[in-house]
Amino acid sequence: MSAATHISVRGVHKVFQSGGQEVHALKAIDLEIPRGEFVCLLGPSGCGKSTLLNAVAGFSLPSSGTIAVEGAPITEPGPERGMVFQEYALFPWMTVAQNIAFGLQIKGLAKPAIQEKVEGLLALLHLQDFRNRYPKDLSGGMRQRVAIARVLAIDSPIMLMDEPFGALDALTRRNLQDELLRLWMELKKTILFVTHSIEEALYLADRTVVMTYRPGTIKRDLAIDLPRPRDVASPAFNALKKELSQLLMEEQSRHNQDEFKGAAVD
Amino acid sequence: MKNLKHAASGILVPLAALGLWQALSSMGWVNATILPSPMQVLTKWWAYLRPLEAFDPAQGSYLAWCFSGELIHDALGSLYRVLLGFLLGGGLALPLGLAMGYSKLTYGLFNPLIQVLRPIPPIAYIPLSILWFGLGNPPAVFLISIGAFFPVLMNTVAGVQNVDSIYLRVGRNLGASRLTQFTRIILPAATPYIFTGARIGMGTAFIVVIVSEMIAVNNGLGYRILEAREYLWSDKIIAGMFTIGLLGLGIDTLMSRLSSHLLKWHRGLEQS
Repeated sequence: MSAATHISVRGVHKVFQSGGQEVHALKAIDLEIPRGEFVCLLGPSGCGKSTLLNAVAGFSLPSSGTIAVEGAPITEPGPERGMVFQEYALFPWMTVAQNIAFGLQIKGLAKPAIQEKVEGLLALLHLQDFRNRYPKDLSGGMRQRVAIARVLAIDSPIMLMDEPFGALDALTRRNLQDELLRLWMELKKTILFVTHSIEEALYLADRTVVMTYRPGTIKRDLAIDLPRPRDVASPAFNALKKELSQLLMEEQSRHNQDEFKGAAVD
Repeated sequence: MKNLKHAASGILVPLAALGLWQALSSMGWVNATILPSPMQVLTKWWAYLRPLEAFDPAQGSYLAWCFSGELIHDALGSLYRVLLGFLLGGGLALPLGLAMGYSKLTYGLFNPLIQVLRPIPPIAYIPLSILWFGLGNPPAVFLISIGAFFPVLMNTVAGVQNVDSIYLRVGRNLGASRLTQFTRIILPAATPYIFTGARIGMGTAFIVVIVSEMIAVNNGLGYRILEAREYLWSDKIIAGMFTIGLLGLGIDTLMSRLSSHLLKWHRGLEQS
């Protein structure tokens, strides 16, 4: 393991029991993520990308193999690996400010320190005018901003993001992608980002890991060397897009075959 | 204007019913003892409501005199029993429900007994309650607390069991201890259910108080309408019934206002 490795995934298998059948969600996954890298996990549904993310988060540990952060094996969820969920998962009974403050209260920070930090994050994510709103009164994009702020509040060096922009409309999505890139460059986080959108992966990531459909293995580990901000209309971008589409289509067709056989259990 | 129209349409059917009732009585089609006229009921209602004796400063303050009417006493008596029984039953059900919802072990221990006891209507406890507690408030409060207990219990259990697991995942991800998860996530997430249970429990308590007063207590609205029957005062029976209805409506409105205020974050209560 090199000194710069932040997350290391070694020989990870994950087996589920589903309807009396063994489903190999992950098989022999090896992945080294250096500190500060933005990595996208890309694949069709059922390829195990969320399973891998949940394993790194510590919600569901691998059946065999190890996942380590800075060399220390993961055994449970923890605030150094902050998670942003597709369904936002904001606490509906807390206001925006209270949601952001929650992790800081758990850490046991003093009230003035919490307040200062929350104010800073509200400003950073342009949420100042919404601090006393409840999540039900916010749009999807706003909710995801709050969820990101909630993770930033606890200063996680690693951000795990499970299709965070999947439910947003195209414009809001692009807007939040830009925002995330800005935050990532500013705060130097290591980001592991699950998506099924090729364009999203190409727009955001330093490196895109394409996964196979069941058993989930790594099909291709591709460095994206395009300069930022990336031009989605450029020939280089589209060449990569075509390449990834080809890889993904193969997996999607295996997924479809499985579904027609009625074997897919999502 | 729209509100006015809305209010006007809401009053139409009650007015028509009242008109029909008055017509039946004034035409002499029904015996006044069987169905007294609305005017007669209203007169009796007022007589039931107003103080029995003339104001005498030596007896106490003017305010106390204002509230010395029989109806006020009865209503306060019923209300007192409802609240006491509700607090007792709900107060026991809430912690038990939280424990049963949270811990599978507690659920497994208590659920069989609860399921056997739950279908027994509180009314069926009347003979035992009199045997155990005699007459007066104690058996009434006991019956009411049983009526309030089960709705609060069942809804609290459901509320805790139905907490979306994603909130707990967020809690664990942020490093929350089990206690913090319980007090800051599970408890608030379960409150909409708990409040629903409390509202149903209060409704049941209100039904049970009337029945228990007909049997074990010698005041209160339930007692009064039964007493009025002995004298064939059907106007007083009806006046008492309307009082019960209005009081129940008042309590329910209060509960619903309180819960929509406390649950203003909750989606489901926006329109109620």
